[in-house]
Amino acid sequence: MTKLTSLREAVAGIVRDGDCVYAAGFTHLIPFAAGHEIIRQRRKDLVLARATPDLFYDQLIAAGCAAKVIFSYAGNPGVGLLKAMRAEIEAGRLEWEEYSHFSMISRLTAGAAGLPFLPMNPTAADDLSRVNPAFRRIADPYTGRPVVTVPALNPDVAIVHVQRADADGNCQLWGILGEQREVAFAADRVLITAEEIVDAEVIRSDPNRTLIPGFIVDAVCHVPGCAHPSYAQGYYDRDNAFYLEWDKISSDPEKLKAWLAEWVYGLADRAAYWDKLGTETHRRLQVEPRWSEPVNYGKH
Amino acid sequence: MMMDTPAYTASELMTINAARMLRDGDVVFVGVGLPNLACNLARRTHAPGLVMIYESGVIGAQPARLPLSIGDPTLVSGSLSVCSMYDIFAFYLQRGFISVGFMGGAQIDRFGNVNATVIGDYRRPKVRLPGSGGAMEIAAWADRWYIITPHQKRRFPEKVDFCTSAGFLGGRAERLASGVRGGGPLAVVTDLGILEPDESGELVLTQLHPGMGAGQARENTGWALRQAPSLRTTEPPTDDELALLRELDPQRIYLSSTG
Repeated sequence: MTKLTSLREAVAGIVRDGDCVYAAGFTHLIPFAAGHEIIRQRRKDLVLARATPDLFYDQLIAAGCAAKVIFSYAGNPGVGLLKAMRAEIEAGRLEWEEYSHFSMISRLTAGAAGLPFLPMNPTAADDLSRVNPAFRRIADPYTGRPVVTVPALNPDVAIVHVQRADADGNCQLWGILGEQREVAFAADRVLITAEEIVDAEVIRSDPNRTLIPGFIVDAVCHVPGCAHPSYAQGYYDRDNAFYLEWDKISSDPEKLKAWLAEWVYGLADRAAYWDKLGTETHRRLQVEPRWSEPVNYGKH
Repeated sequence: MMMDTPAYTASELMTINAARMLRDGDVVFVGVGLPNLACNLARRTHAPGLVMIYESGVIGAQPARLPLSIGDPTLVSGSLSVCSMYDIFAFYLQRGFISVGFMGGAQIDRFGNVNATVIGDYRRPKVRLPGSGGAMEIAAWADRWYIITPHQKRRFPEKVDFCTSAGFLGGRAERLASGVRGGGPLAVVTDLGILEPDESGELVLTQLHPGMGAGQARENTGWALRQAPSLRTTEPPTDDELALLRELDPQRIYLSSTG
């Protein structure tokens, strides 16, 4: 059965006030368009979980959608800090819960596997576990040696952007894989955005590339350009210039408000956003193809 | 004292010295900025067999351009393998396949502990920094690691406000007792010289860059910095090293800064 729907309807039906939302993507395939739709629909009190909040959550926080953020690296990658998030934290207006990348991803992996927690080897850097009681230290029942545990994270909503999906929500993605698969399996409701909607036959031609099966997916939205200013490997490049620009926009609350008005509230959807970026930006982000060798599955 | 203006910047000097610490065949967890340049420089000079791994899950990257972030698409195209974040931290790092890491941070203390989390109180921070990312585990489980940082007093306190990454904790014995697999920090490369841990794990001045003085290093350190009995002087960057390095960062995004 087709799960194809517009992003507006998908967000309206799937994302509720107060939800724990995990939008996936380590630098790559960050579903910015879904974030903008959440801002337009004025969701509030969200618990925003992401290893790297990135500009995505900086924008949601600036727009007043968040009550709390769960993260492991709150930086603008390669540029500096996330200024909207930092300002809210320093002003005492935003709750936060902090992990390292590995402990954050271990929480999701436990959630995806239906486990109550996962153990990790100790790191000897104990300050984080002193300020975050979710970290526990227990004895390995086999050797007695200490291990550190973190509890499963099962978000209410996963938002995952992929290069291609079929109408049933079977998803293929390649390039940096971050935590997309873990998030989809861990969450209660799964919203997929895709650069391309393809026939099921395309998916079946390369089953090893299918990381998320359709039957765990609730909605599929065709949103080309969804990831900008992040990127989609093989489709368009990362807009590094915008990541640098955001550093300036987000340092000034007035500029930030104006940016949200112009680029989020003032636009109907991602198609309008992509048009507004203009041909010069489209050209700048274009990538030359570099195909992989096909593999032979055999006619069995 | 050196009379001429050196023909290189502080960033170039630090990067070249960091590159010299990498060995052929090392499997290195690369960070953005100067560590990325150092690794690429080492790969093009004395360490062609260097395997560059990024915490974004890219293994054996051969970037064609300078990546702004560790998740840049140029790291993926032409790499050996790409895996999930869980796999890179569990199978590669925790299992013990990473020989070298690079740390960045706002503070490094006397025993090589690193703070990348907060300045001041955790709940009421004076400055909120990005946080651990992969740094907590890299410092624990990579065989050895390095820091590249400008030499400033505020960056070198006696004790870090928050220990994001364990160096030698309160001394080498304490790290050993903790049972973590990695050996900890091997050197801190600054724009004045190089600090290395002594038998107790305390960072001491072991090397000065050309034209720099030990007094300058002491004044810019927040604890009573001791110096090794035989203080070395850095070999100046070679023309080859400088030319290759400048090719890697043609727009001088990272190299023009003095820190």
